[in-house]
Amino acid sequence: MSSPADCKYTDSHEWHRLEGDVVTLGITQFAVNELTDITYAELKRVGTQVKPGDPIGEVESVKATSDVYTAVGGEIIEINSTLSDDPSAVNNDPFHAGWLVKIRVSDSAALESLMDGPSYDAKYPV
Amino acid sequence: MLRTPLHQYHLEHGAQMVEFAGWEMPIMYRWPDKIGGGGGIHEEHKQVRRSGGFFDVSHMGRVRVKGRHARRFLERICTRRISDMQNGQCRYSLVCNGNGGVMDDVLVYRLDDDEFLVVVNASNREKLLAHFENSKGDLVVECEDRTAKTAMVAIQGPRVMDLISRFSREIPTLKRYRFVEKNYLIMKLLVSRTGYTGEDGVEVILPANMVGMAMKMLLKDIGEGDETIIKPAGLGCRDTLRMEAGMPLYGHELGENINALASGLDFAMNLDKDADERGEPFIGMEALKKTRDAGGPSERLVGLLVDGKRTARAHMSVHAGGKHIGEVTSACLSPTLERPIAMAYMLAEHAEPGTRVTIDTGKENKLEAEVCPLPFYKAPKPAAKAN
Repeated sequence: MSSPADCKYTDSHEWHRLEGDVVTLGITQFAVNELTDITYAELKRVGTQVKPGDPIGEVESVKATSDVYTAVGGEIIEINSTLSDDPSAVNNDPFHAGWLVKIRVSDSAALESLMDGPSYDAKYPV
Repeated sequence: MLRTPLHQYHLEHGAQMVEFAGWEMPIMYRWPDKIGGGGGIHEEHKQVRRSGGFFDVSHMGRVRVKGRHARRFLERICTRRISDMQNGQCRYSLVCNGNGGVMDDVLVYRLDDDEFLVVVNASNREKLLAHFENSKGDLVVECEDRTAKTAMVAIQGPRVMDLISRFSREIPTLKRYRFVEKNYLIMKLLVSRTGYTGEDGVEVILPANMVGMAMKMLLKDIGEGDETIIKPAGLGCRDTLRMEAGMPLYGHELGENINALASGLDFAMNLDKDADERGEPFIGMEALKKTRDAGGPSERLVGLLVDGKRTARAHMSVHAGGKHIGEVTSACLSPTLERPIAMAYMLAEHAEPGTRVTIDTGKENKLEAEVCPLPFYKAPKPAAKAN
């Protein structure tokens, strides 16, 4: 399965989907495969200001606890609250239902330097 | 990397393969649609607790110990008494170094008066083979590594024995920790009522080149779709299953620098076995006696029930009253209890069940937990069958 073409990807395995001035962010299928079953996601609060490279939360799996980072700065305007009761959406549909946070970006230029889907999949095949 | 004889089976059943102790092993599966789809560590775990799971454990070392002095040799190697084992019996034991630290935990099978099989952890196989050679002295015994010539599978879960009863009358009558050698056509199977999940079930050792035939027999009539009685299960759920069952894992709860007495595995140590009529001291026995006579080890292995939803991790520090009192050795979100659990070595004076402790995650958040006895989970006794 290839990673969606409408997202930009980091080497730390986050995807960023820009729509208007809002970036939706989650972790990739590759990350999910590495982590195995996700058991918990702890996300920063709505209203948190983040800079590029800041953590937006942590995901826990059977194997490990991992920080998740944003490549863009801005304000977290929404978090995926369904995950606190049932984080399995991250496993089952990491690119859509398993999204983590939405960030209103002040500057989306940082996305330009990230990988597109085909480059990411070539570098991190699942 | 080494591959087991079941490699192809794993690939055909959606396995995600990882390196483990030099072997390419399935950590989990994406089950194919014909057995209902789904899969993953937690689903596999629940499948084993509810019905049955099939594990490839061929990476475990299998060493045949044979010769006139095989019994005496194993008395020397194993912390547990060997001499009173009957043929057809298995026994769990520790293997200690001279300081009373744990070199490995093993399962000993008595095949005959002077022939045994010792199943050892994959990560310790070469170390133990060398230890066996170095410990022979003038005893007449041969140790043969049978790992590559054989495969080993574990079939575990409450519905497993029922399924096996469809092709064997004898196996379901086995008591726990007993085994039988069965000849089917040209295939020789060693079937033991043992396991590492806390469930009833069997472990089967078979010739490597007979795996295809054996799988057809063992996994015949397992049903299909969601109703599949036995589904493949990976090393990921093997770990969470053994944690719930309070079973130690070498490299976590057991190690060369961990005193065997601290593990709480008292049943696996016979510190007086040299006093028997044909007794033999074991390596590490004097060191363990000294520890015992000085009041026991300073630390104890305990269970921790962790508050909240977050999972502790191995090596996290455990605190009480602002003092470091122990360290987490294993932890997971228990799929059965639906809460995080952990195992930890703690100073004996803090090891009392009910004691409240804090786990330092190394970050801002701290986890609160309560000491509890092991295991976290015991399989319910099967209901008596109406005749």
